[in-house]
Amino acid sequence: MDLLPLVESNLTSLAWFRPELALTAGPLLVLVLDLVWRRSPGRVARLSGVALLVLAAAAVLLAGQPEGGQALFNGMIQSDGFATYFKWLFLAAGAVTVVVVALGSEVAKERVGEFHALLLAVVLGLFLMASASDLLMMYLAIELVSMTSYVLAGFRRGDRRATEAALKYVIYGGVASGVMLFGMSYLYGLAGTFSFAELGPAVAAALQGSGPSLAAARLALVVGIAFVAAGVGYKIAAVPFHMWCPDVYEGAPTPFTAFLSVGPKAAGFALALRFFLSAFRPREAQEGAAALLEAVPWPAVIGVVAAATMTLGNLVAIAQTNLKRLLAYSSIAHAGYTLMGLSAASAAGAQSVMIYLALYLVMNLGAFVVVMLVASATGSESLLDYRGLAKRQPFTAVAFVVFLLSLTGLPPFAGFIGKWYLFTAVWARTGEAGGGWYAVLLVIAALNTAVSLYYYARIIRAMFLDAPNAAEPSPLHPPLGYQLIAGAFAAAVILFGVLPQPVIAWAEQALGKMGG
Amino acid sequence: MFTPGSILSWATFAPLAAAALVVLLVVLRPILRLSRRAVDDGARLLALAGSGLSLLAAIAAWRMFDGSTDQVQLVQHVTWIRAFNIEYFLGVDGLSISMVLLTGIISFVATIASMPWWSGARAAELAGMVEGGHQDPAHPHPQHFSVRAVPGYMALLLLLQTGMMGTFVALDMFLFYVFWEVMLLPMYFLIGIWGGPRKEYAAIKFFLYTLAGSVLMLLAIIGLYYNSAPAELAGGDTAAHTFNLVELARQGAAGQFERAAPILGFAFTKLAFVALFIGFAIKIPMFPFHTWLPDAHVEAPTPISVILAGVLLKMGPYGILRFNYPLLRDATQWAAGAIAVFGLINIVYAAFVCLAQKDLKRLIAYSSVSHMGFTLLGMAAMTPAGISGAVLNMFTHGLISPMLFLVAGVIYDRAHHREIERFGGLAQALPEYAAVVGLSFFASLGLPGLAGFISEFMVFSGAFPVFTTYTMVAAISVVITAAYYLWAIHRMFLGKLNPAYQGYPDLNWRERLSLYPLGAMVIVLGFYPQAVLSVIGNTLQTLIKGMSPL
Repeated sequence: MDLLPLVESNLTSLAWFRPELALTAGPLLVLVLDLVWRRSPGRVARLSGVALLVLAAAAVLLAGQPEGGQALFNGMIQSDGFATYFKWLFLAAGAVTVVVVALGSEVAKERVGEFHALLLAVVLGLFLMASASDLLMMYLAIELVSMTSYVLAGFRRGDRRATEAALKYVIYGGVASGVMLFGMSYLYGLAGTFSFAELGPAVAAALQGSGPSLAAARLALVVGIAFVAAGVGYKIAAVPFHMWCPDVYEGAPTPFTAFLSVGPKAAGFALALRFFLSAFRPREAQEGAAALLEAVPWPAVIGVVAAATMTLGNLVAIAQTNLKRLLAYSSIAHAGYTLMGLSAASAAGAQSVMIYLALYLVMNLGAFVVVMLVASATGSESLLDYRGLAKRQPFTAVAFVVFLLSLTGLPPFAGFIGKWYLFTAVWARTGEAGGGWYAVLLVIAALNTAVSLYYYARIIRAMFLDAPNAAEPSPLHPPLGYQLIAGAFAAAVILFGVLPQPVIAWAEQALGKMGG
Repeated sequence: MFTPGSILSWATFAPLAAAALVVLLVVLRPILRLSRRAVDDGARLLALAGSGLSLLAAIAAWRMFDGSTDQVQLVQHVTWIRAFNIEYFLGVDGLSISMVLLTGIISFVATIASMPWWSGARAAELAGMVEGGHQDPAHPHPQHFSVRAVPGYMALLLLLQTGMMGTFVALDMFLFYVFWEVMLLPMYFLIGIWGGPRKEYAAIKFFLYTLAGSVLMLLAIIGLYYNSAPAELAGGDTAAHTFNLVELARQGAAGQFERAAPILGFAFTKLAFVALFIGFAIKIPMFPFHTWLPDAHVEAPTPISVILAGVLLKMGPYGILRFNYPLLRDATQWAAGAIAVFGLINIVYAAFVCLAQKDLKRLIAYSSVSHMGFTLLGMAAMTPAGISGAVLNMFTHGLISPMLFLVAGVIYDRAHHREIERFGGLAQALPEYAAVVGLSFFASLGLPGLAGFISEFMVFSGAFPVFTTYTMVAAISVVITAAYYLWAIHRMFLGKLNPAYQGYPDLNWRERLSLYPLGAMVIVLGFYPQAVLSVIGNTLQTLIKGMSPL
């Protein structure tokens, strides 16, 4: 075997891999400095600064990356505008998480370095997830994100809830990745390749046969795709792989919960979009695409999963009284909405998913910042302690209303634009032959929106309508940094709701540059 | 300042600008070292200025409007979100200009009714408008809404006004939807924070009902967009689809939506019609979606009831006439019979429910349900008199029902209850009040010479040739309307004066300022309905051209 081309490919690929290299060096740097600065008084600020610098370095390298799509490392990963779009989201989420960890007290001071190092490793994993274009790389990237996330979820070692969260996360994650690996083995057996780009034609060729061999191939294909999808579904917390989500969200340190709700979820969607759209794209002039869709009607299956996910998330959220759990179920519901865009199986659908994830990042991080802010001042995440917040911290209460209504999807907030794009992408498919079920999906999503208002409004009611717990409510004095971040996010939510054009154009452009 | 191209933006955004100033005032309070009282008064002045400017702009727009054509006028048209062909497109035709004027008037009246000023010391003390509430231990009650968290109240009231005005002037479906939803939140808070004992329940019920309807509407809007033909945008480019309601109406008249692919075997036009209609019917409110209304009204503070009855309910029929009628003409004809039946149910059923009410505000709320039934019946007939009567009824009911809620507020501010049975002989203690109540009740029951009579008469005469039986039943049920109003007057004002109400102050200037202008308009329109009819006529005749079953 001639190794020279492989080595050459790897060497040329490095030019497109610099952000990832920076993120690889980052955790090591943070760990070393953590030891060096062990006794220095300003450790937290310094280490956070270093972590931010690493992210900034990755951002600079990402911005200076050569133009155009490029298959790297012999097609293991794809560096293209699509991946870059998501990478920016991960960098933003990472930076916000670093800052809120530094401001808060949920992560013990002496362990901040450890946290940041692990967080940077997660961001690296997310980068790889967004650009993986090969089944093996997909598995490795998911595992990198999962392993580091297990540790971060159980970061508060003394806390029983954290321990439970980490354990549940590990067990569910282990099962999910095992199942996914099993599914991959079927796909490989069927197609003889790991590459997404070659997977579609190869599988289509395998479906050309007849008789028992065709039936076997179909079954193998269904099992393979379903099991791989299960692995991704676990990352985005889609029903029925969502059980870990509320416990982990509740038990993990809140900054990491916030990160978990936007980062890995977005990466899961990026991976799913790439996997399904580049390997099993319907409607395109791909050889045997029709036979493939007939064998595995994945858009319809994902549509059913989307409906189930949003309905379950919303209905269970109604009964929650812990804000973190409530937001966990809300994030399950939002995964359901976003899955609608995937089930549309079209360029417009992919674009709507990208837009939604970017806007969801802003509003959901904002909501979690408010939860952290209130928890830092009252020490509680219970809905009961939000009563009378409007009197104690009017600014925060108003910002929270903006986030909650944006999550509901009301104009003029960003969430409405996101939902609008999802709905329009799905609607565009209803007119087609056999697309009538998309209309049913839309009606379910619309009714879910009304249901979701009920529990979001419960928080608003607690803050504004209910009497405070104490007769003379004392004003809260949360850290100014939290307030500034919450205010900035609220302003962004309104800005993107009124002037969404930049985000839309950016997503459209990025999707146009999707390679592979 | 007011040019034809910007007048509607002034009317829409003047309240929003005032709301922003109110927020600024609150933010700057610690810096400027203002007292709470100064901030409250500043917020009140800003609210009066904002809604006053909006009213002036609405009147100016009314005067600029040329009623002799059916064209859209006072247009402002620019691109907003290019990626989706969404435009900032404002304009009015005969239908919307009447609603713009109504919104301006009612918003300003509601703002006046939100002031504690001009009340007189005794009335203010009775109403609990003083700091710390009312001191009489025999009648404990909370502070009046007009002195509670004033800046927040005023900012939300102004935001609500922007949403209402915007809904009536938007001619882009997306923009319409944005304004439509913008109204929900202030309404939720205004009922939920400043409302009566069951305010939380009433507020969330209103919010959920309306949102459930509007998400269905959203789906229909997206569907209409995707089934529209290419059209020109404000910039001159051609877009594949459009949200432009004027262009969509043109395409609707040409049968564009009848050609859309069916969904799950149902015709697209019928599905879109039903989705839109449910969204609007919840707002009307039409039986069986009306149950949120009595709760919202009973718990809402008086000015919010005024806005709810005066303007918000009109958005239902307005939406039907703006979307369903011009865009989905075939489906509208298909559904006309059903609309008439629902209208009849509204009229008769709600009238009977009124008879059983013990609470004055609940009675008025149900009477609104009943009166909106006339609009539905007139609309369904699609005759010139029927449709004009329907829209005139929106206008007259928009003047009369705010009067009714204001008079209910007057007695509640004094007695702190609204139970009809517990009053008696009030005419002796409050003669001026009794006269105004008489005027508003008689206007509402359709006494000739007052505004309500003209619109009811036109609806009956327009609907009679098409729905003869329904019209006869509806006309007979007017007797029930007369019965519940007269019976209420009888129980409240006649007979021996209940000594508990001895010495109550009569109307004060705050109440006069809000009630008399409305009363004057009710009387003027009763003799000269042409003032409104001549403006709305041409637009409505074009709207039903070719749809009339006769």
